[in-house]
Amino acid sequence: MDLGFAPEINSILHLRIPTQNSIHPENKTWISDRFITDRSAMDFNIANYMLGAKENNCSADSSVHSPSEEEYKKQLAENLLQADNGQRKSRILAFKSKPPAGFENDSRKLLYTQNVATGQMKPRKVFRHIPQTAERTLDAPDLLDDYYLNLLDWSANNVLAVALGNTVYLWDATTSSIEELLVVDEEGPVTSVSWASDGKYLAVGLNNSVVQLWDSQSLRQLRSLKGHSARVGSLAWNGPILTTGGRDNLILNNDVRIRDHITERLEAHEQEICGLKWSPTGQQLASGGNDNLVHIWDAAAGAGGSIHGPSPYLHRFDDHQAAVKALAWCPFQSNLLASGGGTADRCIKFWNTHTGACVNSIDTKSQVCALQWSRHEREILSSHGFSQNQLCLWKYPSMVKMAELTGHTSRVLHLAQSPDGYTVASAAGDETLRFWNVFGAPETTKIKPKDVCGGLNCLSHIR
Amino acid sequence: MGTARDVITLKGSAAIVSEFLCYAVNSILFQRGIYPTEEFTRVKKYGMTLLICQQEKVKNFIDTITAQLSNWLETGNLQRAVMVIASISTKEVLERWNFSIETDADALDKGVTQEKSDKEIMNDIQAIMRQIASSVTFLPNLEEPCTFDLLAYTSADSKVPPTWGDSDARLIHNPQVVKLRSIDTKVHQVEALVAYKFNEEA
Repeated sequence: MDLGFAPEINSILHLRIPTQNSIHPENKTWISDRFITDRSAMDFNIANYMLGAKENNCSADSSVHSPSEEEYKKQLAENLLQADNGQRKSRILAFKSKPPAGFENDSRKLLYTQNVATGQMKPRKVFRHIPQTAERTLDAPDLLDDYYLNLLDWSANNVLAVALGNTVYLWDATTSSIEELLVVDEEGPVTSVSWASDGKYLAVGLNNSVVQLWDSQSLRQLRSLKGHSARVGSLAWNGPILTTGGRDNLILNNDVRIRDHITERLEAHEQEICGLKWSPTGQQLASGGNDNLVHIWDAAAGAGGSIHGPSPYLHRFDDHQAAVKALAWCPFQSNLLASGGGTADRCIKFWNTHTGACVNSIDTKSQVCALQWSRHEREILSSHGFSQNQLCLWKYPSMVKMAELTGHTSRVLHLAQSPDGYTVASAAGDETLRFWNVFGAPETTKIKPKDVCGGLNCLSHIR
Repeated sequence: MGTARDVITLKGSAAIVSEFLCYAVNSILFQRGIYPTEEFTRVKKYGMTLLICQQEKVKNFIDTITAQLSNWLETGNLQRAVMVIASISTKEVLERWNFSIETDADALDKGVTQEKSDKEIMNDIQAIMRQIASSVTFLPNLEEPCTFDLLAYTSADSKVPPTWGDSDARLIHNPQVVKLRSIDTKVHQVEALVAYKFNEEA
């Protein structure tokens, strides 16, 4: 039985294959509602003539054509452009009465949607009031007026650390209480402060090249890190890694958990490091120096760096004309870095750190000391020096200036953002700290800063 | 086989072409939004659904003109029918739908009849109608209220009714031209073409 069927099926298959092919005949009728241009629908003769005619018009003034040439041209035009009535002159006629006018109202808009917003499609536009004056002003006596230092930081626990001369003070923003964390004598003054992400530990860079690690709760020093040979002006945390940048042109990655804390040496700058920032993902480090350079370092690639010559950075941006202290990673767009240059440069530049391209650059007309992105709106705040000592709020990416906040009487050296992202503290050479509610106000639910806890704290709570 | 092949006379062809022009004009009016959508009703024609303007004045206008076009087609005098779409406020011509018509000399002079099936002609017309419908994808939006007019290019010796008058060509300065498909009844050959004003900055 099986043997009997097999050849039959085979023959059916053989028959089917050709018939399927013959389903598509050559003279298939053209049915489609798409408009597909094809070469046969183009009139190349006319196109060519039109092109030539245009050129001739342009050159008509300069060159003189012979009469016969002109005549030939005229005939050519007639033949091509009026092929059907070139010989027999035609009359153009129109019916004397005209059709009623199309309707003045906008009903024709119903036909096709317009993606250009014409009025009814306007996006919700809320005007946010930006207070022009500081919400609060604190005295900061002995605050060093030094562009290359980083003396202000706001922790996740809502505590503001500020270094005034040889002393580091902690100002608790929730209770407004002040604590004196440390006083140094001949090692000082303090040249940089930076909170670890959990808000418990504070790294303090000193003029004598030592970095100290302090516990902010017990007010005790935990350890000191040595490795630099000059003052440490910039600090940045990435998890347990503390990156330090010094006047010795050196960037060190320190793992604060281990005894031999220096895990990496990044050598590429030729002058003092004054800006250091880790990206929000912790994958890239941006460093800015007095040598007008910005370097982007890859966290993963660094460890095996060469001993000789400059370390292998990911990108080097040499577009700034002055020292780069202001660095800020965009919180809503990965790989976007904003950098601001000093007095000779005055520019804020935006970089795609993935490709290394400069995305935008604007001249602020004033020294850029610090930059802070808003976490709630697409805005960036910059602080400036001479002549207005102002803070500028810019819309990103249009870079329209939204507000200019004045009040400081000397250059605004440092900016720090509150953990809820609504308030910005600024420290200036006029020895004051000012608090600005530039990034709006928490509307519905006020985030209690005490609930924002670091990773370690959270773990202890779960247990 | 005699039933499948339809004999086309000059008069019959003129009727087909003028009817086509009537539907084409209506279709353009709808697609380009010259009149509000509510003014149109759906009719089945050429194996597809077409929209016809129901507004009395527009209807009369188109009917009168197509009747006259049909007369000229029968005498072979019509060389071109042009639908002009112009802005009401500025009077500037924004679009020009051009139907060039070629009349077969044999059919005109000797009354020779041609053969072409209705179906084939219908397919030709369908194709153009679809192109008109899809043209909204490449034509720029008409941003302002517009009106339309129909121009007829006739031979100089044609009889002109007193209701018609001479007009200028109402050409577009520096137009973009897109050629559409054509219809051939073997007596009349209609080449469709649309020219439109191209905004560089758009």
